Amino acid sequence: MSVENHSHHGPETLSDKIYAETGVNAARCYQCGKCSAGCPLAEDMDFPPSVIMRLLQTGLPINEEKALKSYSIWLCLACETCYARCPMEIDIPKIADCLRHESLRRKKANPKSKDIISFHRAFLDSIKYTGRLYEMGLIADYKARTRHLIQDVNLAPGMYIKGKLHIIPERIKNLRLMKKIFSKTLESKEKTR
Amino acid sequence: MSIGFYPGCSLKGSAPEYTESLLAVAEKAGLELKEVPDWNCCGATAAHNLNHELSLALPARILASAEKAGMKELIVPCAACYSRLCVTAAELRENPELRKKIAGVIEMDFECSTKILNVIEFLERWVLNSEEMKIPAPFNHKVACYYGCLLVRPPKILNFDRPEDPMTMDKLMSKIGAEPIDWAFKTECCGAGFSVSRTDLVAKLSGKILEDAEDRGAEAVIVACPMCHSNLDMRRAQINKRAGRKFRLPAIYITQAVGSALGIPDKKLGMKRHFVPVKLSMTKTKNAPAKAAVPAAQTAGKEMEA
Repeated sequence: MSVENHSHHGPETLSDKIYAETGVNAARCYQCGKCSAGCPLAEDMDFPPSVIMRLLQTGLPINEEKALKSYSIWLCLACETCYARCPMEIDIPKIADCLRHESLRRKKANPKSKDIISFHRAFLDSIKYTGRLYEMGLIADYKARTRHLIQDVNLAPGMYIKGKLHIIPERIKNLRLMKKIFSKTLESKEKTR
Repeated sequence: MSIGFYPGCSLKGSAPEYTESLLAVAEKAGLELKEVPDWNCCGATAAHNLNHELSLALPARILASAEKAGMKELIVPCAACYSRLCVTAAELRENPELRKKIAGVIEMDFECSTKILNVIEFLERWVLNSEEMKIPAPFNHKVACYYGCLLVRPPKILNFDRPEDPMTMDKLMSKIGAEPIDWAFKTECCGAGFSVSRTDLVAKLSGKILEDAEDRGAEAVIVACPMCHSNLDMRRAQINKRAGRKFRLPAIYITQAVGSALGIPDKKLGMKRHFVPVKLSMTKTKNAPAKAAVPAAQTAGKEMEA
């Protein structure tokens, strides 16, 4: 992949960091706007995807901060439409992943994204402790984190009757390894925050 | 004949009818689906949202376990799991150094040699694979084939069907006697993992999908992903409330439709497990008039602006 856009001599920009980590180069974007046109949630975002790309391109701390603090990066569904349609084949969902990680690391996550992040954390907790997603545990964990206690309570009986809700979690045998995988990846990163 | 099988968490949880119908169809075709030993969750959206290495390690352990069990092919019916496994395999194949590192994390060596099949590929290859295949109970209904995001995107990695107007599912449905409609929302996102954290957005996106399908005369939406199904089915109350209309068309798994055409009884296909009742036998196939006269490609753009 091309590196010509990374020949500036200033301090490392966020775009440089993303490029170093993923090989995806935000500087290649020529602002055609196709990603924003196809993004199913662009209208709900504070900055549509192409503007996030532009913010990164400027390399200015003030703009990078806007991207890291944006609600957009958490609203991204990773539906991959932008990537499939980008004429420069820029893997924008991968940039979004990177921005989310960096936003958490620098403690800059948009306050509106609290519920979304809580859901992800509850989801991963379930995997860490049982090896699989335990839906009932996930919902309980999510409710405890967000205090949305009564949400979806009317859905549970129907799910139970239709055999879609299990009271007892399925556990994999090698849970020791599961905990190790988490401590070597997610948790080792979080400790360095 | 036995094939490797990675069910994923949804098929063991909120999507039992997908499992039942898949196993019933496989049995009919004389196939045994063998689960990956001690499989774990693929990490889905949550893992790659929060940590890159974790999002590789979880699928890598699945791939390594399948490989160790000697599975040459692995059927992955959930589109989200399918995507995570394919993306991980592609990334680790391309980057041997990273693969070594991940092998250290999961304490297992592996080569990403197992071929990953999605449910459409599985049906094409192993079930509806011959021209003279008997279809005892043709599924003669108008259907909207809904692929969603992760069966076709990112196309460079999945290399499966056209990303904008895929046809594999349409062809399969024609094969079993159904009439697939031309519509605009084949690969639009249903809202995926926001089912709990932003249900309002799921209601909005899934509502657009149902609206286009129903307005063009589809009697059912055919799906190949438990997440799409749960959004289009279990979230129907929220969808209807937001849209201000009552969508009646059910969301049916492709394996249920194929199973039905192969003469498998509804009960064995979990047809009663849906929130939106499947009453197709009563509707028969009446040519429900398609209200929208505009070509499908045009509505998609219009909906997006709205």
